[in-house]
Amino acid sequence: MTTMTQELPQVRGVKQIPVFEGFTSGHRTCQGCESALVMRLMIKAAGPRTIVVGSTGCMYVANTTYYSTPWVVPWMHTQLGSSGSAATGTAAGLASLMRKGKMQDEPINVIAFCGDGGGVDMGLSAISAALQHDEYNLLILCYDNESYANTDIQVSGSSPWGANSTFSPPGKVHRIMNRRWKKNTVPMLAAGHPDVRYVATACGSYGPDFTNKIRRALTIGGPTFIHSIDPCPKGWDYDPKYSHELGMLAVETGIWVQYEIVDGELILNGPSRAIARGIRRRKPVTDYLQRQGRFAHLTEEDLKFFQERIDETWEKWWIPGIVPFGPHDEGE
Amino acid sequence: MATATVHQTEREELISGSEAIAIACSLADVDVITAYPIRPYDTVMQYVSKLKADGAFDCDFIVAESEHSQFEIVKHASAVGARTFCGSSGVGWFYAFEAITVTAGLRLPVVAMVGNRALDDPGAFGVEHNDAMAVRDLGWMLYWVGTAQEALDTALLAWRVAEDPRVFLPAAISCDGSFLTHSQAIVNVPTQEQVDQFLPQYDRGRLLLHPDNPITVAPQVNEDWLMEIRRQTDDAMRRTSDVIKEAYEEFKQLFGRGDPSPFIEEYMTEDADIVLVGMGTLAMPVRVAVRRMREQGKKVGFLRVKFFRPFATDEIREALSHCKAVGVIDRDYSYGSPSYGGVLFNEIRSALYTLDNRPLMQSFIAGLGGREVLVRDVEEMTSMVQGSIDAGHVKEENTWIGVRE
Ligand SMILES: Cc1ncc(C[n+]2csc(CCOP(=O)(O)OP(=O)(O)O)c2C)c(N)n1
Ligand code: SF4
Ligand SMILES: [Mg+2]
Repeated sequence: MTTMTQELPQVRGVKQIPVFEGFTSGHRTCQGCESALVMRLMIKAAGPRTIVVGSTGCMYVANTTYYSTPWVVPWMHTQLGSSGSAATGTAAGLASLMRKGKMQDEPINVIAFCGDGGGVDMGLSAISAALQHDEYNLLILCYDNESYANTDIQVSGSSPWGANSTFSPPGKVHRIMNRRWKKNTVPMLAAGHPDVRYVATACGSYGPDFTNKIRRALTIGGPTFIHSIDPCPKGWDYDPKYSHELGMLAVETGIWVQYEIVDGELILNGPSRAIARGIRRRKPVTDYLQRQGRFAHLTEEDLKFFQERIDETWEKWWIPGIVPFGPHDEGE
Repeated sequence: MATATVHQTEREELISGSEAIAIACSLADVDVITAYPIRPYDTVMQYVSKLKADGAFDCDFIVAESEHSQFEIVKHASAVGARTFCGSSGVGWFYAFEAITVTAGLRLPVVAMVGNRALDDPGAFGVEHNDAMAVRDLGWMLYWVGTAQEALDTALLAWRVAEDPRVFLPAAISCDGSFLTHSQAIVNVPTQEQVDQFLPQYDRGRLLLHPDNPITVAPQVNEDWLMEIRRQTDDAMRRTSDVIKEAYEEFKQLFGRGDPSPFIEEYMTEDADIVLVGMGTLAMPVRVAVRRMREQGKKVGFLRVKFFRPFATDEIREALSHCKAVGVIDRDYSYGSPSYGGVLFNEIRSALYTLDNRPLMQSFIAGLGGREVLVRDVEEMTSMVQGSIDAGHVKEENTWIGVRE
């Protein structure tokens, strides 16, 4: 059972993205920080009747200096692993007070965001728990800059294989310190919580698509989850002016897949759909990797390995780019 | 609000400490309650869930996936104006520690029950006070309950004081595992009208997190402001004493019961040479022992500390200023502490330092892991304290009672 949600129509094109700004000046994120854009797009889509809760990370520390908050909507910090609990607690508090007539009854959007460290690593169990409460309307947005960025760029479970970070520096003996492959977060959450009506991946480079995903998540009812890939000039080591381009390259190389799962149905979006349909060829991963300092130490062999792993996800996986396992093939 | 359990007249029930607090939750019309299983506190949540299942109590009851989430959920519910309750025991309380810390820092009036339990490993379910005590410096009010009646009454008092805008601090109600959580006693359950009169609705005021009041809560302050903010929390804790007194006086008038002081309970201390000090259900065997020793002509008394935070420095000083010696019985340990004494011992000793006539002070560690403190243990401790008085000084500052060597 879910209570009423707001009416937030889908947009067709950039011009329909609301003029409303809920995340304005006052923040101190790096130049070219794509996560800051994600915050801005997120709250534009959600509108003013929204409560935002953010877990520790760049989007807390660099965003909310006392006396110069950029948030125009009510905003509260939550602990690093608590985005799921923060969303649940906020939604439960509102639901209880409204049901008992202690607060005016109206649909208020509840969004909790977390970084990849806070969401994909530490907060996974609380996010999973939040996704089991279909009585609460809430959105958890994981902005993934592929490292623990705020603490000086350390690898997380969502960092790409081989990436240089302050905890995975290439050395004389070990060139590749991060040997973990990036977690497949959205499919894990989708498969594990079949009652959840909406989960999606997203990328700030595609503004209208991003807006529509936030709006679908907030209007469909129940708990929802969005995972966005956010180029981070500091952590990925590139000129800030290329943030947008890198986001697009992540998708065009097939490293990041854009899709949404609505009521159990998988819908691929934009370039990912074109790739899956064979309308568009995937760009080589080097187009993306070699633009970033964090991969500068990769050898030809490493790049080949990376390419093969991506090829495998598209050519061998049951649902290309998304689901690695499938039914047992009985054969001849 | 009228619910199925609202009784119009006060009634007597045979219930445990946990059940008493569950009833307090429903009388207080708590909005959001979070649970996670760990013995012994979790009995309170069993009662709460049954009340909800039977339609006797309307609340959002959430079974969290960990204690950390349990405390985070109520923290955020409290920020949007909901009255909240949760709790834990032993290592569960420690699992939630991060959330517990920030709840006080954010000045959110969450009320929690701690069913005091040993911090295993090695595995042990019984009572020790180290779990709840770990938050003693963080801005939580901490109360040690002696009876099931007191559990119910203290819960009501806790919301009233915690949610007072002069305070806005969380409160923990410590209940000794088994001895209180699971033991039944006759409890006077107040009427809904009495409670409604005593307990106003929680109003977060200008700190409410709501689209009509778009504030930013807990921004990054660093060295620029943290010290001022810590000081504000300290001021709030300093204000608790008066707010507690005020609320307690009103409670006594409305409900017709209570002690002379909300902070301490004195038992035959007036002319005592020796005063024993302790917290929680320890009071029972100690009172029996004191009565017996009085019959033998020994001038012994007992002081039960109820509020550990705020620590009632003045009242405790006053109560212990006339005796010759004090024996503090700790149901906790503090490895490497001054004199290797218990936590309560060192707090009391520190409070008495400024007295002109300081009594001799002796520390006892007893009843760990739920081991019973027997009347004869109390008599033994008392005779050790008498030995110190006779010798004119304390020979052994700290003694562990009833330990097999
Ligand atoms: C419990 C806890 N452990 C560690 C930290 C230190 N810490 C602060 S921000 C941060 C990085 C979080 O990374 P992520 O969630 O990916 O967000 P990002 O900084 O990348 O935006 C860490 C580890 C903390 N705040 N809390
Ligand atoms: S380190 Fe990365 S995520 Fe953090 S503010 Fe800078 S660009 Fe943004
Ligand atoms: Mg990150």
